[in-house]
Amino acid sequence: MPFVTSAALEKTYDVIVVGSGAAGGQSAYTLSMEGAKVLMLEAGRKYVPETETPMFQTPDQGPLRGASTPDKRFGFYDATVDGGWDVPGEPYVRATHDAAGRFDWWRARMLGGRTNHWGRISLRNGPYDFKVHSRDGLGFDWPLSYADLAPYYDKVELLVGVYGSNDGLENTPPSAPGCLLPPPKPIVSDLLIAQRARRLGIPVIAGHRAVLTRQLDFRTSPARLHPGNPTAQGIIAADMQRRAACIWATPCGRGCSIRANYQSTTVHLPPALASGNLDIVTDAMVHEITLGKRGLASGVNFIDRTNGKECHAAARVVVLAASSCETVRILLNSKSARFPSGLANSSGKVGRYLMDTVGSSLAGQVPLLESLPPLNEDGASESHVYTPWWLYQEQLAGKLGFARGYHIEFGGGKRMPGLGTLAGIEWLTAGSYGKKFKEDARRYYGSFVSFDGRGEMIPNKGSYCEIDPKVKDKFGIPVLRFHWKWSEHETRQAAHMQNTFKEIIEAMGGRVNGPVEADGAKAIQAGGSIIHEVGGAIMGRKAKTSVTNRWGQTWDVRNVFLTDGAVFPSNADKNPTLTIMALAWRAADHILDLMRRREL
Amino acid sequence: MDRRTTIKWMLAASASMPFLQQRAAGVEATMVTPQARGYGTDPDLTKVYHAGDLWPLILTPAQRRTASALCDVIIPSDSVSRSASAAGVVDFLAEWVSAPYPIQVKDRALILDGLVWMNFEAMRRFGRDFAALKLTQQHLICDDICCEQNAKPAFAQAAQFFARYRDLTAGGYYSSAAGRKDLQYIGNVPLKSFDGPPLALLQKLGLGPEQVQAIEG
Repeated sequence: MPFVTSAALEKTYDVIVVGSGAAGGQSAYTLSMEGAKVLMLEAGRKYVPETETPMFQTPDQGPLRGASTPDKRFGFYDATVDGGWDVPGEPYVRATHDAAGRFDWWRARMLGGRTNHWGRISLRNGPYDFKVHSRDGLGFDWPLSYADLAPYYDKVELLVGVYGSNDGLENTPPSAPGCLLPPPKPIVSDLLIAQRARRLGIPVIAGHRAVLTRQLDFRTSPARLHPGNPTAQGIIAADMQRRAACIWATPCGRGCSIRANYQSTTVHLPPALASGNLDIVTDAMVHEITLGKRGLASGVNFIDRTNGKECHAAARVVVLAASSCETVRILLNSKSARFPSGLANSSGKVGRYLMDTVGSSLAGQVPLLESLPPLNEDGASESHVYTPWWLYQEQLAGKLGFARGYHIEFGGGKRMPGLGTLAGIEWLTAGSYGKKFKEDARRYYGSFVSFDGRGEMIPNKGSYCEIDPKVKDKFGIPVLRFHWKWSEHETRQAAHMQNTFKEIIEAMGGRVNGPVEADGAKAIQAGGSIIHEVGGAIMGRKAKTSVTNRWGQTWDVRNVFLTDGAVFPSNADKNPTLTIMALAWRAADHILDLMRRREL
Repeated sequence: MDRRTTIKWMLAASASMPFLQQRAAGVEATMVTPQARGYGTDPDLTKVYHAGDLWPLILTPAQRRTASALCDVIIPSDSVSRSASAAGVVDFLAEWVSAPYPIQVKDRALILDGLVWMNFEAMRRFGRDFAALKLTQQHLICDDICCEQNAKPAFAQAAQFFARYRDLTAGGYYSSAAGRKDLQYIGNVPLKSFDGPPLALLQKLGLGPEQVQAIEG
């Protein structure tokens, strides 16, 4: 079973998986490796990282030195194709023009979705993160605990390959032995940040990213991943040997043709296809779940983008993994007499409690890092080290004025020079030009550091999406309308980030570039800009107040499962991708279990 | 479609020279707004692109001459590396100001106006266009506009142009092979292992083995 066209579908499948990114990839992987017949539907085109990735291209080989443009928002060489916050022909609506209510919706219409370009930062939620309401009275507890998900975090790390270390810090849980790959060595600026931050009481530890710092353990991991399933073990053992370790060059955001980092297209889909149990149709824009007998889903309707035809695919189970907001959109557009306000929406909670990550940044220049000798600091391309949230106790004691934490990602080093590397340095050079400018460039290159805060947003009633009553996309599918609101928990956190970054820069003997924003409402980046949007169909303990149970199974329709970020009841500062994959694996195990017991 | 722009901000600096005012009023920069489209959301990422491949280049030979002279005042050749124009930066600038995207369209107006201003200022002070001036004369003009913070009000817009032009020149230069070599960038090559910085360097920076140990465990 391979890539097929919409005309060549099987009559029916065990499971339809809508979406091919972290959630869709993991869902399809687990299900097909364990014997289920799976159809994956992806709205974008087929994408082949092995041949399409610009691995060693230099900026001068691309248009505009690789600058960001409306066509390629993260620069020409970013892996994303047919994606961005604005996708031609696929509009969405903002309920307000007010800047504070702005939400931007990133889509990546391609096989593998945004996993092709993401930052590969792979952090586990900690025990507190699943019980946030119990801890501070805000937001919602998850209907599962860290202990429930820990074995799946282990499995995902073993499968995709994550570097990091177990540091024993609060709410920053360790992985089981053998799960993590060794972290890469810190670069000079990492070590200077670590030394100076520690003087301020701020920890700096190894980063966690989905990059193979050495080959995966193909001898022992397969048995841990697929106990009792020698076929699956054989497939994944063979595939692990086909993935090369990192060659310490070319940015991960371009994708990786040697499969040294995680993207769904290089890690989940090849073994899933090799199982013979997966069909993939690309250019398949799913817009509706169809209802069959006894109130169960019978399949999905989709538009074949290659010919504009409306198609139907049938299955025993439907898994939505289309990205949080697209999953919500499909549910809300699946209207019937039984579900007049959208499928699985008897609670009225579909679209509610949308969250992104709080983002704020500051950069500086450090004299100690000037005029260093030549160094190759490409490394694993980012985040060899990071700072996990460190003020849990002060926060719980009410000393900070905001309820949830953030982690810090660092930038620095002698990166491949690009358009911006020596732009805007007039504040350091007093406007030099000529030979003096060239000397200044040599002096300052590699002496810049940057700090990105990534913090938890608490779900609120003002952040949600719904179907716009008028606007449709180019396929005629009704589009989403977004409402967005930050609370003071987020804006104060953003202001705290700014001050922390300033203190670290100054502790390094450096100078901050530009103003340190004390007004959190100005320091915070717009909703959706960090591209960690989750929620919209949260899981919970009760059908009245949530959309799914702890397995991602919708309360209303028991053969519909949501395995992407839509089910998150909270959005810890930890980047969501690893948790999405762990939840998807767990949901897929449950689906398999129910199918074996003939309950689906 | 042709767009004609009168260089109003240029008049501020030539206010004391009535005949130049007259000339300025009569001279309009011819700006072609290209009908070109961008490369779209799904371009081939692996092929090598050259200026002019994707959209026509709008700089005239005269504009290129001024652009080239100004590039080389900003990044001249020295004992280490070649000049900006020798590294192909003028082609990059031509590609940039000809591109159909919003940032580049905005830069197009600023830069084409700025190039006109450079020639007017050169004429006003020295009676020749900018590219024909001696280096010392070019510096006398650039000294007045090279730092936005210190520029006199009459030069404010010229200084804004210069800051942007320097950023683009530096961006074009340091993202080229000549610039990478100048900065001694040695990455973008496959390595068997990533060994981190040499200990001697770390010790010099006060970052002894205990720092490395603290992170690596």
